[in-house]
Order: sequence, then structure tokens, then C-alpha cells
Amino acid sequence: MKRHLISAADLTRDDALLVLDTAEEMARVADRPIKKLPTLRGRTVVNLFFEDSTRTRISFEAAAKRLSADVINFSAKGSSVSKGESLKDTALTLEAMGADAVVVRHYSSGAPHRLATSGWINASVVNAGDGTHEHPTQALLDAFTMRRHLSGPGRDLSGRRITVVGDVLHSRVARSNVLLLTTLGAQVTLVAPPTLLPIGVEHWPCEVSYDLDAVLAKSDAVMMLRVQRERMNAAFFPTEREYARRYGLDGIRMAALPEHAIVMHPGPMNRGMEITAEVADSPRCTAVEQVANGVSTRMAVLYLMLGGSEPALSAGTDTRTEVRNGAPADDAPRTDAALTPDTHAPRTQESK
Amino acid sequence: MTDSKTLIRGAKVLGGRPQDVLVSGGRIAEVGARLDAAGAAVVEADGLVLLPGLVDLHTHLREPGREDSETVLTGTRAAAIGGYTAVHAMANTFPVADTAGVVEQVWRLGRESGYCDVQPVGAVTVGLAGRQLAELGAMADSAAQVRVFSDDGKCVDDAVIMRRALEYVKAFDGVVAQHAQEPRLTEGAQMNEGTVSGELGLTGWPAVAEESVIARDVLLAAHVGSRVHICHLSTAGSVEIVRWAKSKGWAVTAEVTPHHLLLTDELVRTYNPVYKVNPPLRTEADVVALREALADGTIDCVATDHAPHPHEDKDCEWAAAAMGMVGLETALSVVQHTMVDTGLLDWTGVADRMSARPAAIGRLAGHGRPVAPGEPANLVLLDPAYRGVVNPADFASRSRNTPYEGRELPGRVIATFLRGHATVMDGKLT
Repeated sequence: MKRHLISAADLTRDDALLVLDTAEEMARVADRPIKKLPTLRGRTVVNLFFEDSTRTRISFEAAAKRLSADVINFSAKGSSVSKGESLKDTALTLEAMGADAVVVRHYSSGAPHRLATSGWINASVVNAGDGTHEHPTQALLDAFTMRRHLSGPGRDLSGRRITVVGDVLHSRVARSNVLLLTTLGAQVTLVAPPTLLPIGVEHWPCEVSYDLDAVLAKSDAVMMLRVQRERMNAAFFPTEREYARRYGLDGIRMAALPEHAIVMHPGPMNRGMEITAEVADSPRCTAVEQVANGVSTRMAVLYLMLGGSEPALSAGTDTRTEVRNGAPADDAPRTDAALTPDTHAPRTQESK
Repeated sequence: MTDSKTLIRGAKVLGGRPQDVLVSGGRIAEVGARLDAAGAAVVEADGLVLLPGLVDLHTHLREPGREDSETVLTGTRAAAIGGYTAVHAMANTFPVADTAGVVEQVWRLGRESGYCDVQPVGAVTVGLAGRQLAELGAMADSAAQVRVFSDDGKCVDDAVIMRRALEYVKAFDGVVAQHAQEPRLTEGAQMNEGTVSGELGLTGWPAVAEESVIARDVLLAAHVGSRVHICHLSTAGSVEIVRWAKSKGWAVTAEVTPHHLLLTDELVRTYNPVYKVNPPLRTEADVVALREALADGTIDCVATDHAPHPHEDKDCEWAAAAMGMVGLETALSVVQHTMVDTGLLDWTGVADRMSARPAAIGRLAGHGRPVAPGEPANLVLLDPAYRGVVNPADFASRSRNTPYEGRELPGRVIATFLRGHATVMDGKLT
């Protein structure tokens, strides 16, 4: 794994599978009475959010807290940023406070890349969504969800056909998914009105269609992207109704999917726009499951970026604490066990 | 000072065979072999190329208003280091150069600087707002004798205003220099629209937004029989339109920046705002077309679009950054690298595209003249064999926003003469 996670393209197939496999183990922690691992104790994770996103922020917050990291939430609204502080000065401030990882959501494409590469900070940077660029952890949790339904643990998504529908032009979710799903062997088809596809999309490693009905029967998963209603004011489509008719997923269209196919949505949903209530509330829709998977996936990302390559000496004590608390030893995540080789940990460190 | 004599010994005049050039009283006295050095300061120019002093049609000197990024003094010092003896100062200052008072102020600051002639450009419309013509005649009649008018930074997008401006400036042989950018097609635009912008999720600035305005304006210029000049032409399609307009015999001229001759939008993948510029860096195919067009004369000249910005305006995320690059001190090196060393243009061609033609477009007397007896001694002496790495800390400009930091470029200005007076000697300001 690279030190930062800025783009889904930063992940090789092996990296991606490692994250997904680790996330499976993290998911098991969620089933325990005590949903907490000591792995990142003493580490500080800053959630730096320049854009409102309650879902993503609390997902990262839950992930970091389950790994016992200290979490600082920094929201640009009502902070020094709204008084004109630059990204650089904000970064220097966080650095001075000892951030080990900065989870950044920013309205400008490339802002996390700047944070990671301009020498302002040493912390690892996790892109939690930048402008209309990328949202790699969303792609990871989507892949995690697909794998659970369509292939299985330890496997990639070879041969699976994934259809992504909606506002691709403005979607960081679509960009990250095209990259990651392709890395994992899936065949991706983007479906959108031509106005909502970026120039140059023909060079992307995927198929493109303007006709949703033509691709449904060949889809193992359909991912509906959120479409902002305001888009019609810039003439991207004539009316909400026309959009819903041509590109919305309703019960009739859902029935055209193969029986095993799932319906995904990164949320928040515009019911009646890109997805009808009937579909959103159907058992085939994984939107809520995706939220749960988001926490496991982000735990895996934070763990691998912050703890994965170093022995966490202090973790040994806590493992035993957990045992004392009754957690069966074989239930401990493999990653955690690998991290806490009691035999390697000097005794003198154990009491710390 | 101008009474002194200087003998430039053994310089390749316009890249030709070595000759001596005697400068006296601010003019070229003699050009020939083994001239008498008596009473003259001798500049040994073995292996060096002598060109007429460069003329920039497109410089942002920022004064008045943004003296934190550049002043007339620091900008003209940078110009002299780059081999320029005249620059056209763009009108988008604070206040805007849309009155005789402001253009005379800039003109006077240029005279006081002494490093380079400063020819102010006047705004086409009041406040660059595109609605009401500025007092173009008053600026033309002022001490600054403005002949080039431009709302650069903003496009004169109203077709009627553009038509009237083109017509009106005929009365004093003016030219309208258009920043061709259809505003609606470029709302929030961050970079060239193409494969890279799609991948990076940055709002695109499509080539058609430039080309459609150029197409309209060459037709307008033909219709009213006036001159139009296209600023910083950046796409292969724009080249085709200008080529077509010229084939009709219309009075259309165009400039290209050094950065559009060398850099492409692939650099934006770094998200480093030092590559953020307007018009944006385009594709490799555009770069190739621009070089060919400059070589065959479709594009008349190289203009720097020297756009200084303070560090904090580039030390940020892409979308928050200012657009523009400094260019005066690296222009000649970039042109040597992209045009001369590639065999597309010889030094005579460089003298034409960087001195004679821009001076002619701007109706600038005393610049862009042949290296011949009796002509004003506005000259630049350069070493084409030099290779150096660009270090912005060495710049004379107040700003450092160069896209070439750390890049090796050929060529170096050894001396610049403004009416016989050396503004630069041994590569340093005098």
C-alpha cells in the first residue's frame, strides 16, 4: 500500500484485495459485544471536512474509533477556514497537533493530492471525496459489497458486469469505481445522457451506453448515482420527470435484471429521481448494507495505512485485555494477531 | 550615457556570420568586419547571436494595484534580463487602464524605470466590463499614444461592442487584441477540456470556446475593414481559422505564448497550480500545430502573457489558485528550445516573430528594426550554447510562478541594449 490513498488508481489488484480481505476481518469485529480493536491506540486521525458530508465523516469517525485512534473532527464551516485560512495553514496546524492521518473531504478536485504532495504535512492522507474527482474508499466499500454478493471472500470481481448509471460527469464515485472495479477484473458500463458524460470518456477502461434498458439484462450489479435536481437548470436534462423516465430505476426495470443482480446506491438517494421507493426499499437494494460495509472498509484502510507495517507494541496488552473480556482468541482479526506478536514484544514495553 | 560608444565584436548578426557592430549615440553607427574600437567599450561576442531587442505584445506589469506581485520597475527589469527592449503593459490593473490618466501613469513609470520601454495597452471597455467603450481616442491621443486595446483577462464577448471597437480604432490606426473566450462555455473552467480533465474531475475549458470567438472576430474585422489581433492563441483549431482568415487577405494577426509552445495539459495531473493558466495548457497535438503555425507565419509572434502572482496565490489547491505564469525571463530560452533547436525557425525568424512583427502590430516606432546603420540600438546579445536549469530564486521579477523550475533550458541573454545603453551586461542587470 502507498502511504496515501488519493485515487483508486493508487491500488494494485493485490492492494485492493488486501483491503477487502482486511475489511472482512474488521467486519467481524462489528459482530462482537465490544466493537473495538486497540490497533491504533495513541494515533490521531483528523477528519478534515471542507464540505458537508455527515455520512462519510461519521463513517470514518466510527472506523477510527473502533481502532482506538484519537479522532479530531475539523469542519471548515464555522472554523478558521471560513475566515479565509488557506488549506496550507490548516494543514500546518493539524501537523503541529500531531495528526498521523488526515481524512480529507474537499470541494476542489485535487485538494487531497495537494495535501499529500506539497510537503505541508507528513501525515498520511486519505481522500474522502474531492470535488468531482475521486472517492476511493467509496469504491472500496462498493467492491466489498459486490464481492459479498457476487463472488466471495478472497476473490476479485473477474467477469462481473457492473453498470453505473447517472451523473458520471460530476461523480467522484463513478471515477473511483471505474478504476477500482477494472483493477478487480470487473467489466464496467457507464449509462448516462450524453450531457452527463465527461469529454474523453471513450478513453476510460469501460463501456458507455445512453440506453439503460439495453444493459440491464446483462448486469450483475446496477449502481445508481445521485443526480442533483439543480442540474436541469444548466440544461443537462430537460426535466426531472424526463430524467427519471429515461435513466431512473423503477420496479419494471429492476425486474429486467438477472435474478442474482443487486441494486446499489452510494447515498443519499433522491427517491423518485434516480431510484423509486419500490426499488430503494426492496431486498435487492444494498444501500444500507453499503453504509455498514463503509465502516469496515475504512477501518481496513486506516489500519493498513497507519498500523499495517509497524509492530504495534502497545497492542499486546490490549489483546490480552480483550481475552480477559471474553473474546475468543481465534475471533481476533488476523491482522490484529499478526500485529501483536507477544513473543517479539519486549517485556518492558508491555506495561506501557 | 547615450553619447558613449560600444563595440560589439564578432557577434553573429541574426545568427549569420560574425560581424562587429558599433553603437554610438544610441544608434547603430556601423556594421562590418574589424571595426575600429577606438574610444569604445568593447563587448566580446564570440559565438554569441545578436538580435534586435525583443518586443512583448502581452505583459502584465500589475502596477497600479497589485504591486505585491509586480511593479513597472521589477517587471521591466525582468524584461531586460529576458532580452526585451519594449513591453506592452496589459490594462487589467487596479484601477483598470481605461482612461488617459492611467495609461499615462503606466507610461511615465516605464520611462522612469529605464530598463525597457513600456507601451501601455488600453482597455476596450470601461472597467473591462464589456458594456461601454472606454475613451479609446483619449488614450490614443495621450502621451502614451496607445494603439493596442484589449480587455485581456476578459473576452469582449458582446458582438456589437466588439464590432464598434474594431470600427472605432480605425480612426487612429489602433488594433483590438482579443482574449478569445466564450464566457458561457467556460464557466468555472479550470483546465483544457479533454481526456485529462475528465479523469481529474476538473471543469473543462473547451477549445471551441476560443475558436468560436476567433471565428466571429475575424469575420467582424473583415466586415468592418479593421485590424484584429488574437491574444495567446492556444489550439490547433484556432490556427486553422487564422490561416483561413489570412488566406482571405484580412488584417488578422495572432500571438502564441512560450508555454503553449512547450507544455501540455498532462502536467495538470500533478494538480500543481503553477500549471494553471488562461487559456489553459492544451494537448500535444495543439503544441505541434502552434509550433508549425509560428514557423510558417500563420501566428505572427510570440507574446509572453507574463502574469506574475504572489506565492500564496499558487501555494494552495488548484481551484483556489490564480491563473497565469511569469514568462519574460524564460521566453527566449523556450523559443530556442521549441523552435530553433528543433529546426523550425532560424534566428532571423526569431527576430521577426519576437521583435519585428510584434513591434509592427503595436505600431511601435524604434523597435523591431533591422540591425543596420542608423537604426536605434535596441539589441539583445545571447549565448545559444548555454544550458542552464531554471531557478526562480534568480528572477528579477517580483514573482516566482514559473512552470519551468528545475527544467534545463538552452540559451541565455548576455547583454541587452536600450538605445545603446546596456540594461543587462554579462547576464546581469546594470
